[in-house]
Amino acid sequence: MKIHEYQAKEQLRPFGLPIPRGQVAATAVEAEAAARMLGGQVVVKAQIHAGGRGKGGGVKLASGATEARALAEKILGMTLVTHQTGPEGRLVRQVLVEETLPISRELYLGAVVDRVSGKPVMMVSASGGMEIEEVAAKDPNAILREPFDADRGLQAYQARRLAFGLKLPAAAIHPAVQAMLALARAFVALDASLAEINPLVLTKDDKIVALDAKLNIDDNALYRHPELKALRDIHEEAPLEVEASRYSLNYIKLDGNVACMVNGAGLAMATMDIIQYAGGSPANFLDVGGGASQEQVRHAFEILLKDPNVKAVLINIFGGILRCDTLANGVVEAARAVDLKVPLVIRMEGTNVEQGREVLRASGLPITVAGSMKEAAEKVVAAAGGGRR
Amino acid sequence: MSILVNKKTRVLVQGITGREGSFHARMCREYGTHIVAGVTPGKGGTTHEGTPVFDTVAEAVAATGADATMIFVPPPFAADAILEAAAAELPLVVCITEGIPVLDMARVTAVLKGGKSRLIGPNCPGIITPGECKMGIMPGHIHRPGKVGIVSRSGTLTYEAVHQLTLLGIGQSTAIGIGGDPIVGTSHLDAVRMFNQDPGTEAIVMIGEIGGSAEEAAAAFIREHVKKPVVGFIAGQTAPPGRRMGHAGAIISGGQGTAKEKMEAMRAAGIHVCVSPAEIGATVASVMGAKAAKGN
Repeated sequence: MKIHEYQAKEQLRPFGLPIPRGQVAATAVEAEAAARMLGGQVVVKAQIHAGGRGKGGGVKLASGATEARALAEKILGMTLVTHQTGPEGRLVRQVLVEETLPISRELYLGAVVDRVSGKPVMMVSASGGMEIEEVAAKDPNAILREPFDADRGLQAYQARRLAFGLKLPAAAIHPAVQAMLALARAFVALDASLAEINPLVLTKDDKIVALDAKLNIDDNALYRHPELKALRDIHEEAPLEVEASRYSLNYIKLDGNVACMVNGAGLAMATMDIIQYAGGSPANFLDVGGGASQEQVRHAFEILLKDPNVKAVLINIFGGILRCDTLANGVVEAARAVDLKVPLVIRMEGTNVEQGREVLRASGLPITVAGSMKEAAEKVVAAAGGGRR
Repeated sequence: MSILVNKKTRVLVQGITGREGSFHARMCREYGTHIVAGVTPGKGGTTHEGTPVFDTVAEAVAATGADATMIFVPPPFAADAILEAAAAELPLVVCITEGIPVLDMARVTAVLKGGKSRLIGPNCPGIITPGECKMGIMPGHIHRPGKVGIVSRSGTLTYEAVHQLTLLGIGQSTAIGIGGDPIVGTSHLDAVRMFNQDPGTEAIVMIGEIGGSAEEAAAAFIREHVKKPVVGFIAGQTAPPGRRMGHAGAIISGGQGTAKEKMEAMRAAGIHVCVSPAEIGATVASVMGAKAAKGN
């Protein structure tokens, strides 16, 4: 789960990470008050769940409260387009107003779980402000890493190694070490999947401050963090994805026109792939899960059909725990309820497949039944109006 | 022959009295698996559908000689269940549970390192040696005993591959679902290494998906050490970057872990890579046919 920058900073501050003074504002008046309280030059930052806000015009400097108000008026309510939002952009509903600092250097500090070692790893680079992936692509050696044990935490000597590696001035080594230890503690305590401070700045008076903060929380751990779960902002998610999550369905909207419903994430991805292989383009990823109920299948089907781009639907189910007759009943029920207007191709295999096919036959609905994945993909792509032009 | 499980395997089920554990213990027993014990803390001394239930794994092992365990306990308690199995030194621990926090798994794998237990999963369908032992939630009837080893991060996609093989009359030595999480106990590489050493396995199917670099690591090993034919498939060729595709581990982040990279690494290692998931069975048939024709 992603959270906003201001929320991430509120979460990280108690662990001892130095954060600029600031306040979140939902109106221009609030932004003006925040700037007045902070005094002097401030920065007004759009709060959306995507990077590249500065380049998109969502981060501006204001010399004082009046200008902060004017800038907030412009930024609040704007649809901010960045390389991470897609062309549709995101509506800005809040801004963070923060003090500005005399910056000497911009650094990168981040923590993730490294899949190869199976451990959290703290990473630093001297190229702050750049995306870490970009740094990694240009010069992997420019990133210094220290894997650490989740229970023992990052050790001070490891943090010192990173701090010296950044060639920080002597006076800044101790504060940098403290900041890294704080981030490592927060990473574990908050069950983060990603914690990124980009940039972490060295000020002209040798202070270390987290100028930006990005914190993703492990969805699987949210059950033990009700306070973090409450930070979810559904405005940042696609409406159909929010609806799907209500029924514990894994749905991701894509921009093709062949919708698909599948059980299991791997088979769902493979089904998207075979739609493309047959010359079509998938409209979504949808995993109804291993043990979907008839009701979930019905909701899944309804969600698929709400996407106006969809020209045909493919259901591909390998019945294991989810029995084919359960699936068939859910689909028939849903198809009757929604007045199905697009062609539907179903491919079922596995547990109770004969009973399932009988349910489909007996329904009298115009459903095309396919025997194999290949046949199903070819039929659904043809039904959607053929391949790519 | 097979790897890890066979007709002698004596299986314990942790969480046997729960809904999932109870159902799948029954399915496994019907398949022919020796389900010798169950563990549910607080229900020790009772029996569940004829299987003796114990309070602790250690007691269950001492009383029944179980040498493998299948875990169905809910996510908040699953890491503890794995650690309990490891403390009892069970050689094989199969964790089916989906939704375990990744830092819990970081803690668990740190403890397992250098220990006596091999973990498969979590968030996996389990392992099956057709006709001998099913430890997992896969539909048993689609499998057929034979000589193809299968390793995959996915559940239903593995069933799809198995089904294609069985329809072509090609049986499987052992099929392992290693799980879709970022941190799993057994990797593609571990499974490939075991299949390579198993005289009963003549060809290997490796099914991967976007995210991480486990398939590349296995491909590097295959390139150097594996003479048996290997057929591969990577799911997620059409997956958008930055989105988690159902599995916690299936995400392209920062341009890393794409299907394209993985397929290239696999091709470079001499693996027969299928672009379409519908071609897995036919590709195995053709490479095994070619092998038979060469006379080895």
